Amino acid sequence: MAVMEETYDVVVVGAGHAGCEAALASARLGMETIMFTVSMDSVALMPCNPNVGGTSKGHLVREIDALGGEMGKNIDKTYLQSKMLNRSRGPAVHSLRAQADKAEYSRHMRMTLEATDRLTLRQAEAARLIVENGRVMGIETTSGAIYHAKAVILCTGTYLKARCIYGDVSRNTGPNGLSAANELTDSLKSLGIRMYRFKTGTPARIDRRSIDFSVMEEQVGDEPVTPFSFTNRPEDIAREQISCWLTYTNEKTHEIIRKNIGRSPLYSGMIEGTGPRYCPSIEDKVMKFADRDRHQVFIEPEGESTGEMYIGGMSSSLPEDVQYAMYRSVKGLEHAKITRNAYAIEYDCIDATQLKASLEFKAYEGLFSGGQFNGSSGYEEAAAQGLMAGINAARKIKGLDPVILDRSQAYIGVLIDDLVTKETREPYRMMTSRAEYRLLLRQDNADLRLTGIGYEIGLIDRARYERLLEKEKQIRQEWDRLEQTSVGAGRAVQELLEKHQSAPLRTAATLADLVRRPELSYEALSPIDEERQDLPDDVIEQININLKYEGYIRRQLRQVEQFKKLEEKKIPEEIRYEDVKFLRTEAVQKLNAIRPVSIGQASRISGVSPADISVLLVYLEQLRRKKKGTGQ
Amino acid sequence: MYEDTIAAIATAPGEAGIGVIRISGSRAIPIAGKVFVSMNGKRFEEPESHKAVYGMIKDGDTPVDECILLPMLAPHSYTGEDVVEIQCHGGPMALRTILGLLLRHGARAADPGEYTKRAFLNGKLDLSQAEAVMDVIQAKNPFALESSVRQLKGAVHDRLAGLREELLYELAYLESALDDPEHITLDGFGERLAEKSRKWIGTLHDLMEAADNGRIRKEGIGTVIVGKPNAGKSSILNVLLGEDRAIVTDIAGTTRDTLEETLQLRGIMLRVTDTAGIRETDDVVEQLGVERTRECVKTADLVLYVADSSVPTDENDDAIREMIRGKKAVVLLNKSDLPPVSGEEDFPGFPVISVSAKENTGLDGLYEWIMEQFFQGKISCGDEMIITNVRHKNLLAEAGESLERVLEGIQAGMPEDICAIDLMDAYERLGFITGESVGDDLVNEIFSKFCVGK
Repeated sequence: MAVMEETYDVVVVGAGHAGCEAALASARLGMETIMFTVSMDSVALMPCNPNVGGTSKGHLVREIDALGGEMGKNIDKTYLQSKMLNRSRGPAVHSLRAQADKAEYSRHMRMTLEATDRLTLRQAEAARLIVENGRVMGIETTSGAIYHAKAVILCTGTYLKARCIYGDVSRNTGPNGLSAANELTDSLKSLGIRMYRFKTGTPARIDRRSIDFSVMEEQVGDEPVTPFSFTNRPEDIAREQISCWLTYTNEKTHEIIRKNIGRSPLYSGMIEGTGPRYCPSIEDKVMKFADRDRHQVFIEPEGESTGEMYIGGMSSSLPEDVQYAMYRSVKGLEHAKITRNAYAIEYDCIDATQLKASLEFKAYEGLFSGGQFNGSSGYEEAAAQGLMAGINAARKIKGLDPVILDRSQAYIGVLIDDLVTKETREPYRMMTSRAEYRLLLRQDNADLRLTGIGYEIGLIDRARYERLLEKEKQIRQEWDRLEQTSVGAGRAVQELLEKHQSAPLRTAATLADLVRRPELSYEALSPIDEERQDLPDDVIEQININLKYEGYIRRQLRQVEQFKKLEEKKIPEEIRYEDVKFLRTEAVQKLNAIRPVSIGQASRISGVSPADISVLLVYLEQLRRKKKGTGQ
Repeated sequence: MYEDTIAAIATAPGEAGIGVIRISGSRAIPIAGKVFVSMNGKRFEEPESHKAVYGMIKDGDTPVDECILLPMLAPHSYTGEDVVEIQCHGGPMALRTILGLLLRHGARAADPGEYTKRAFLNGKLDLSQAEAVMDVIQAKNPFALESSVRQLKGAVHDRLAGLREELLYELAYLESALDDPEHITLDGFGERLAEKSRKWIGTLHDLMEAADNGRIRKEGIGTVIVGKPNAGKSSILNVLLGEDRAIVTDIAGTTRDTLEETLQLRGIMLRVTDTAGIRETDDVVEQLGVERTRECVKTADLVLYVADSSVPTDENDDAIREMIRGKKAVVLLNKSDLPPVSGEEDFPGFPVISVSAKENTGLDGLYEWIMEQFFQGKISCGDEMIITNVRHKNLLAEAGESLERVLEGIQAGMPEDICAIDLMDAYERLGFITGESVGDDLVNEIFSKFCVGK
């Protein structure tokens, strides 16, 4: 039988959030790209929560946008409601979250993919990687078709040997009953790739007609909304927003769960995968936090064209009858009709320490991966990795150095560094507390941090880059002006200060000093600032933040300087840790497992002590001098 | 290459004629300048390299010690960085105070082997010395950390651990709320954090005072004399004391039957504790004595095991050997003036030195052995202790300052996540004392204590 064969530059396996970003980036960077999916109807599917963003995840989406990715634009087109979380806290933790219309999100993403040159979509299941001499050459599908490629990006999400479970019902399918990918794992294992088995879960969906919203608290969106994409203005995406609803579990709910806990596959041992500590199932919440008498339940629309509602906060793998009893014990859900059961899903993923920070496998040239396959959780984490994997696969083919964002540049950098450096034994979720320089990595300045990089990569066009340069210039000039403009203790000034309950001036002060006062802001000073020009809101926002938190920002910048020094101290790829006889055995093992690229990365590996780092520094210097052939 | 500036006492501990403190790093000159006033009134700002300056070390307006400063500008110094040597009157008190001042003004206490490391990295040492440098780093650092942790007496250690735990809890609470604002509220958190911070600052002050009080006890090599009853432990101690009458203090132990003496042995300071004789007994009081001896041995740097060569070894010797296993120990086979019944072969695995306390013979061998061990870095030396102590105190002070900033932040209406920066700083500083890094502490605490996520 003739074998079907085709040749592409890049093969992307999977069309979820990682796969979409990877394929778009690759094609946009000039690569002939083909993307495989088990179902053409499940492109950019959201099998769990119907939202994009949230704390720290919102940061990721804005960073993806600033680099030229698609997620931010796509959610701006398809959101139902949007909210800036933590608005009353500091700017570093302001986080954008939007409810998505799932079907629309998927449809619009597919339209974008289909409108992208050099990008082919294909419904087929990848069965085997073709590898020669440590180099990936393409893939073979279950039908035996061969796709030759210079790079392959694996974004298989939760589909590898997927198994969905509730009660004693277990089916070997991917999310939503989509077919699982059962052959690829064995191909990967035969290549010596270390796999883990992870688990996650989703709550039931309920028919909105069976829900009594009158006893729940309404949750509305912001007016006006903040767009995810820096290319959109609030008015561009304004729409009538759709509410979510808040209710609570109660003692009765918890009693039902406790009584039936033995029937939970999690507790009976039927599930072997490791679940995330974040997003625990409702049975975990009840058992682990026994002192809590109630847990929040968010009722969220799945879309405008469906009556299904997502029951946030109550993911579960309890048997069907227990699910009914449990959901119906919640206020407002007494007559709930379940449209889809809650379930847990187990899947194969890799130990991501096998990857370089470029997301290329250390052992296989041209093989990249992103998303839940790498042990992360969440759409946004997946998209961020997919984007970077797509960029770096294209760059590899073009013979360019990979783009690696570090921990001081982006949440994406923190995410990937954590994944490839720390041994993550549970699905990894982004959190703002994981970013040590989080005051610098704000969602409001993602464009200032990353648009330039996106432009250099080639995913941001000239016009957008120039707008960014203009914004930078406006911020700088206005900041300078405020520092140089003094106001005296005149009547107008004192009256304004009094009005804001701010201490009166004794001597002249600069406008910058006044903005720094907690009770004042740039906007508040407008009556006494006559030379002021009209500036865009996002410029004013930067000025306020930079002045108000200047001291703290400076301190973090100093820490970053130290951090960068260690990152820049590179470790040669060919180093043999066994030869460094003063390293402790544990350190040698860990260093060999991770093979860090820099002293900085080495210092973040657990089990490598500061003394080991010092020894390593001396050893590297010894190597360097030996190479130079001088004794000095 | 390294931004931070390190400082350490460079001379051996004890009452030497002069003491030297060495500062190295890009900020060596300005840091020295902050604590030094020259006799001609000129500020120590742009000193000429290798030209000594005479003056006074001051803590604010309070004079600390007369000294000579010798600046050696990069690259013409041992480390290849800017180096300032402070030569002062060598008393441990003065050295400690000056080191403390330098740390307070931004220097960091040098890790063992760090000067040599920098010298090597800056091309000041020959390639052939690389191995030796790595050896010192790996041999001494775990040891320094261990002695640092050991130096924290039980109660202090527990308070410190408790304090860290409380800090971590509040941090985790705060971070949980920031991460999951719809589930966990921060209402009233600012007030609670302010109140807690005040309490923590108080605790830190207590701990700093405790560090001061405990100071004298902690200097020198912690030495314990053990042995069976009548082996001649006390006579050995008396001979040691007689050898050098420069007893600095004699502090009664916490119990009647342990006594700590501080003495200098050819310039090396020892803190010697004599213990109750060890034998199997049903006597409750004596059993308690044995227990206390066991405790002393646990924290000791050096064990002198006094045995009577005129009697055979028995099960009590086995018990002692078991007790001191893993410690740096030497057997003093006493009563060499009597016909020997037991000998070196009865103490396998231990260095054995024959002595007679009665005739005051053989002790030279002991002195030499101690000196050798000391200079090879195989037993803890007093300067590590001093540095550890100053370092601890400085870290406590820094943690306190971070908490003061938390308070200031709250009072200035800074958002909670900004205060978290200083709170984390304080947590990190306290961790440095016991060598614990932050790692995944916070994330683990969040997940174990708080129910986050939908």
